Amino acid sequence: MGAGHAHRLYRHGHSPVHALPPHTKLTAVFCFVVVVVSTPREAVWAFAAYALLLASVAYAARVPPLFWLKRLLIEVPFVAFALLLPFVAEGERTEVLGMSLSVHGLWGAWNVLAKGTLGVAASVLLAATTELRELLLGLQRLKLPPLLVQIASFMIRYGDVVADEMRRMRIARESRGFEARGVRHWGVLAKSAGALFIRSYERGERVHLAMVSRGYAGSMPVIDEVAATRAQWTYALTLPLTALAVCLLGWTLS
Amino acid sequence: MHVPDGFINAPVSVAAGAVAVGAVAVSLRGARRELDERTAPLAGLVAAFIFAVQMLNFPVAAGTSGHLLGGALAAILVGPYTAVLCVSVVLLMQGLLFADGGLTALGVNITVMACVTTVVAYAIFRGLAKVLPRGRRSVTAAAFTAALVSVPAAAAAFTLLYAVGGTTDVPLGKVATAMIGVHVLIGIGEAAITALTVGAVIAVRPDLVHGARGLTAPLKLRVGGELVDAPATPAPAPAPAAAGSHRKLWAAGLVTSLILAGFVSFYASTNPDGLEKVAHDKGFDKGEKEHDAADSPLADYGVKDISNTRLSGGLAGVIGVGVTVVAGSAVFWAVRRRRDGDGTESGPASTATDDVTAATATSATSTTSATSATSVTKPAENA
Amino acid sequence: MDPVVTTAPPPSLEVTGLAYAYPDGHQALFGVDLSIARGERVALLGPNGAGKTTLVLHLNGILTAGAGSVTVAGLPVGKRHMAEIRRKVGIVFQDPDDQLFMPTVREDVAFGPAAAGVRGPELEARVLKALGQVGMAAYVDRPPHHLSFGQRRRVAVATVLAMEPEILVLDEPSSNLDPASRRELADILRSLDVTVLMVTHDLPYALELCPRALILSEGVIAADGPTAELLSDADLMSSHRLELPFGFDPKSVREKS
Repeated sequence: MGAGHAHRLYRHGHSPVHALPPHTKLTAVFCFVVVVVSTPREAVWAFAAYALLLASVAYAARVPPLFWLKRLLIEVPFVAFALLLPFVAEGERTEVLGMSLSVHGLWGAWNVLAKGTLGVAASVLLAATTELRELLLGLQRLKLPPLLVQIASFMIRYGDVVADEMRRMRIARESRGFEARGVRHWGVLAKSAGALFIRSYERGERVHLAMVSRGYAGSMPVIDEVAATRAQWTYALTLPLTALAVCLLGWTLS
Repeated sequence: MHVPDGFINAPVSVAAGAVAVGAVAVSLRGARRELDERTAPLAGLVAAFIFAVQMLNFPVAAGTSGHLLGGALAAILVGPYTAVLCVSVVLLMQGLLFADGGLTALGVNITVMACVTTVVAYAIFRGLAKVLPRGRRSVTAAAFTAALVSVPAAAAAFTLLYAVGGTTDVPLGKVATAMIGVHVLIGIGEAAITALTVGAVIAVRPDLVHGARGLTAPLKLRVGGELVDAPATPAPAPAPAAAGSHRKLWAAGLVTSLILAGFVSFYASTNPDGLEKVAHDKGFDKGEKEHDAADSPLADYGVKDISNTRLSGGLAGVIGVGVTVVAGSAVFWAVRRRRDGDGTESGPASTATDDVTAATATSATSTTSATSATSVTKPAENA
Repeated sequence: MDPVVTTAPPPSLEVTGLAYAYPDGHQALFGVDLSIARGERVALLGPNGAGKTTLVLHLNGILTAGAGSVTVAGLPVGKRHMAEIRRKVGIVFQDPDDQLFMPTVREDVAFGPAAAGVRGPELEARVLKALGQVGMAAYVDRPPHHLSFGQRRRVAVATVLAMEPEILVLDEPSSNLDPASRRELADILRSLDVTVLMVTHDLPYALELCPRALILSEGVIAADGPTAELLSDADLMSSHRLELPFGFDPKSVREKS
């Protein structure tokens, strides 16, 4: 995290997707995921269509497939979970390769796997094409409470600083021959965590002083605003609207 | 335990989203009342702290390690309102930047991890802090119990949501007992770390511990009224003493987690997180073959000794609750005895420990490791 | 250039009889008197714990005087003129990470003027001008944590310059800087046309930049005079726990310059 980008999923580029205003992208991804989640799981082909849609967005964003797929690893724990559902769930059972599996569980596994993967894939695309700063501006534009945006912005600004402090403390511990090996050392680690909290809090107070010194009186001055044209909105919303069409088809056909 | 998309159905996700929005709105107001214009920088830095501390690995034994979830810690250190805000922001950013936790499940995640955890932890903490004798040790004891209960409480809340809006019909009893059982174990780790951390902060800047404000205020007043240097001399003296009694006081809690962690990690391989862990265990119970933790003797253990999954699941639940009660009352008792006189706590402490050891032996049959090493998805500390 | 003579009324900064005790009872200032004329560059020297930072926090009203008064360009520091005062007094804090709290350099520099109501092209011009003054205009869209420490310190100075302050107050400006960054900062400070109050225990740096110096010790101004004279007074220096670096002779520097 300390090296360069605080935002590890971001991939610099100049594609049309990168150029879209952040709030349109946020809206599009969110709507897309909502549509995906509300698709009946029996409409297997619909999920294939969603995957194709996302793949075309990835192509437009010039996100290389390998990069994208690697980022998808984030959801491996849930794949493991999903694979276990057929063994656990109740209801009608079926025999596959000599194992007794629950039909309901199989559908459930498919459901979690498909929707979860599409959700992660969409989020990864968003993260890969949107800079941190833009993301915050997008949230601000989408009328997230300003205080929440400010907190998020401070968190991102100081995440690295705090993580750096933590690393320095670890190095200081290790250079004095301390290596945490087990529960016995929790006390020492917790002292570090406590010290880290105090430093963070005190830094918060100092930052506040610095803000007040420059005229802060409770609300952040609006310096940057993002705006989107109708064309940009249309372009961004193509994704969820196409998905919606697929979803409606899925409901009527199944 | 970030819930992904598609795990909970749409209506319940929406409802949870509404709850989350409400909770965040209330917290925004509450935090502003507490911190006024300092809210943004302070909450932001605390959020950064929680984000960082989740990357701090606490080794348990034999290569396993856990990390702090931080909800209870945040609630005790900065108060419930700010804590809800901080944890929510951390979750939001994890969802947007690291695709950790689904966007549609954000409401569920915030409700369970930001609201339930902090509110339960804070309520228990304040309750205990009122009942227990005033003092630093009581604060740490209360912190221990609060964190201990907060984790299974979040698991219970999740199970409830799953019961209403789960997309797969998994036997709920099983889910509940397994979830809560596992999370009691995780909670013990969380509790020990939280209590130690709160203790560390209290030792240096007691004024920063939100939950202990009521406790330090009268102390300060008296100090102001008397000689200025009078409290300055005793202040350094209790520090080592407190550290010593610390250890004694929490003999129960710490030894419990030590034995649990040691015993359990003997059986456990590095496992991802409580939520997935439950799934694993369930799989083992059914005699699933292609699981990836073949090196873990737990699978055999579970199948061999307790074949009835319901029984072992139920046992875990019962034992989980038992452990909570025993550990809590042990801490209670120890505190009481310390105040009453210089009686040795070895009596209650060791009894509690024995109970717990016995409990551990059985509970480990269906549940595992008091750890939750999800650092895979987190940004590497040294990247 | 030694404009020690107080010419233009009113002085940029006037502190009289300032005393302050922290809420916990610890008293840090015991009656500080000082006056800094417009355009002067003054060093405030003092050992650790002399109350330097406490004094600085009074200058823009973050701490309120227990007794005495502070006036900035004729304006008393108090609730009534707070916004004006904070615009006029630009404090550069010791840790640039505390000062640079916005996601990008540009927004950070814009924060002060924007809070004062400046918008649009005028805001942009202010930002670019301030960054130009410290030679950081090329970094306008970078996040602060991607800059080197010296660069961050310079941006921190720019954030304050963008507010077009009456007086620039720097808290330990040379701390943690390598010699090159140190010299660059000195060049920048010399090129600015503002009143500067520099709080430091870097005595050579004070001598290099500030013709006049004050010594704050035990909560009062213990000495006030030309920097070279104060630094050459061995007794004065040692009685206030101020020490010159090894091999440094203020007299030789004065003769050279």
